[in-house]
Amino acid sequence: MAEPAFSLRTSDRLRRRQLVSRAMGAVAVGAALLAVAVLAIVVISVAHRGAGALNLDFFTQSQAQGFNPNGGGVLFAIVGSAVLVGIATLIALPLGVLVAIFISELAPPHLARIARMALDITNGIPTIVIGIFVFTMLMAIHGQQSAIAGSLALAIIMLPLVARATEEVLLLVPSSLREASLALGVSRWRTTLQVVVPSALGGILTGTTLAIARAAGETAPLLFLTSLGVSSHADANPFHPLQSLTLVIFTYFDVPALQTKAWAAAFVLMCFVLFTSLAAKLALARYRKKLGG
Amino acid sequence: MKISHAHEDAALERTRGWLDRIGDPVLRAITFSAAALAVTILGLIAYELVSGSRLAFRSFGLGFITSQTWDTIHNQFGALSLIFGTAVTAVLATLIATPLAIAIALFLTELAPKHVRSLLGALVEMLAAIPSVILGLWGILILGPFVQNQLEPFLGSTLGFLPFFRGQHSPTGILTAVLILTIMIVPIVASVTRELLTTVPSELREGALALGATRWEMVRGVLLPAARPGILAAVALGFGRAVGEAMAVLMTIGGTIGIHLSLFGHSDTLAARIAGQYNGASTNLQTSSLVYLATILLVISLAVNIGAQFLIKPIDRRPRRQRIALDRAFEAQGLSAD
Repeated sequence: MAEPAFSLRTSDRLRRRQLVSRAMGAVAVGAALLAVAVLAIVVISVAHRGAGALNLDFFTQSQAQGFNPNGGGVLFAIVGSAVLVGIATLIALPLGVLVAIFISELAPPHLARIARMALDITNGIPTIVIGIFVFTMLMAIHGQQSAIAGSLALAIIMLPLVARATEEVLLLVPSSLREASLALGVSRWRTTLQVVVPSALGGILTGTTLAIARAAGETAPLLFLTSLGVSSHADANPFHPLQSLTLVIFTYFDVPALQTKAWAAAFVLMCFVLFTSLAAKLALARYRKKLGG
Repeated sequence: MKISHAHEDAALERTRGWLDRIGDPVLRAITFSAAALAVTILGLIAYELVSGSRLAFRSFGLGFITSQTWDTIHNQFGALSLIFGTAVTAVLATLIATPLAIAIALFLTELAPKHVRSLLGALVEMLAAIPSVILGLWGILILGPFVQNQLEPFLGSTLGFLPFFRGQHSPTGILTAVLILTIMIVPIVASVTRELLTTVPSELREGALALGATRWEMVRGVLLPAARPGILAAVALGFGRAVGEAMAVLMTIGGTIGIHLSLFGHSDTLAARIAGQYNGASTNLQTSSLVYLATILLVISLAVNIGAQFLIKPIDRRPRRQRIALDRAFEAQGLSAD
């Protein structure tokens, strides 16, 4: 009896192909596990070293150096970070929303493309270059370091993030809403500001939150724009050079006596950044589902 | 008849009010100026950097790029060693990160069950959210000792016949910086690649599997080619991020001038040198040289970013072409794609 033309038995060749496929699957699983492991190691070691140094003084005191390196706290840096990021948000949020309205609602396609490209390119510029830019410009005009200068650099970093996030949610707003409003005789600008933007507000705010989390973690653009020294008191005057949590980490990390404090600052910053960005991403996903479905 | 028309018009005029009449052009003007400002900032950045580096350009010219010295005492500056350090760290980090990131993206889109998918995706994105100064701190105080005491001795004893794995073991150096940069860019490349893979139409996958391809053959023959331009763009974005990273590299690379083959040795990059020296620059010429470095950095990152955007463009056409090719393959076998 002759062999049938098609055998139902797995041939060696097929078995080899399946083996390769399974091996590649294992590689993919391994890569994913590796990424999670690295995240876990970073988070756990920062938490392990930082959480121990946390106490009430860390958040309420500003005595940073001196006789007892383990005493005192970094209130001055927390206040400084809040002022720096707060002012940057006040600049970047309205500006970013306006740019996004222009791109998605009003602009002719070629202008929208130019603006969008400018935002993407700005987003790709190294943050240290943005710091240098603000420094050379402000030094020529103003002549001294200040938190305002740092905020300006952070605002340039936040602007494309806010604008692109806003643009994305504006595009999700169903055009039937706009058409209904226009059909009722409502003018274009009222439709935009009173119908389209309010229904995209949730998405705009979560996008801004992501940008805030990003700005709070920036160090490089602040290096020469605001103070690197240590303060003994918390200062909230934006015209003074202020400290930030990231600068504290950077100035403390190679002083052995202050490393505990650097870890503690890193832990506080990491918690803030991870929780805000995670919460914003969850909110954004829910918001997208609501508008999309 | 005529009268009632005039009456209606007047009523309409009254309800619309002056605000409504000027509102449209005003909103258009305001938003246009905001967008123009965003474009202007980009131009201003380029202008400020070029004018800030004029002093150094007058002293060193284009020879700045090919000179290795960085001598603050004799006021001689050159970028070659820093360009070399930037290229080595960014290229190596990209080479390590790309296969890892693609593998992670494939796991997330093709293999993982649905609930694992969203959880793991969120975790990978969390890795991208960790501030670079924290990664630098972790890199020097935790990864550094591991590199010095375990990784470098191991590499030295197994691959020490290569010039790359020789030299003094130290917690800082090119190897530590490369590992930190890899950790920074893997999540970026992985999440963009994941987005791209989810846009590949599922008929492509099903078609390849129905033709008898194994899962890996489907990935290699259909999925990755369909997403290739986008993946290249994602890799370019990751590379750009590695080139521009200042803090984490400044804290881990050791900060010395010189070109050498050893990955264990110290080096420095454009961004790290600017971050490390700008505050302490003692002469105008040194400050201007640092701005010159920033200009070089800007040019590189612009080239990488614009290149990435042009890579993304053809992606819209690609799946369609793939689908047509697949249709033909089905027709040849007497099957219908529908």
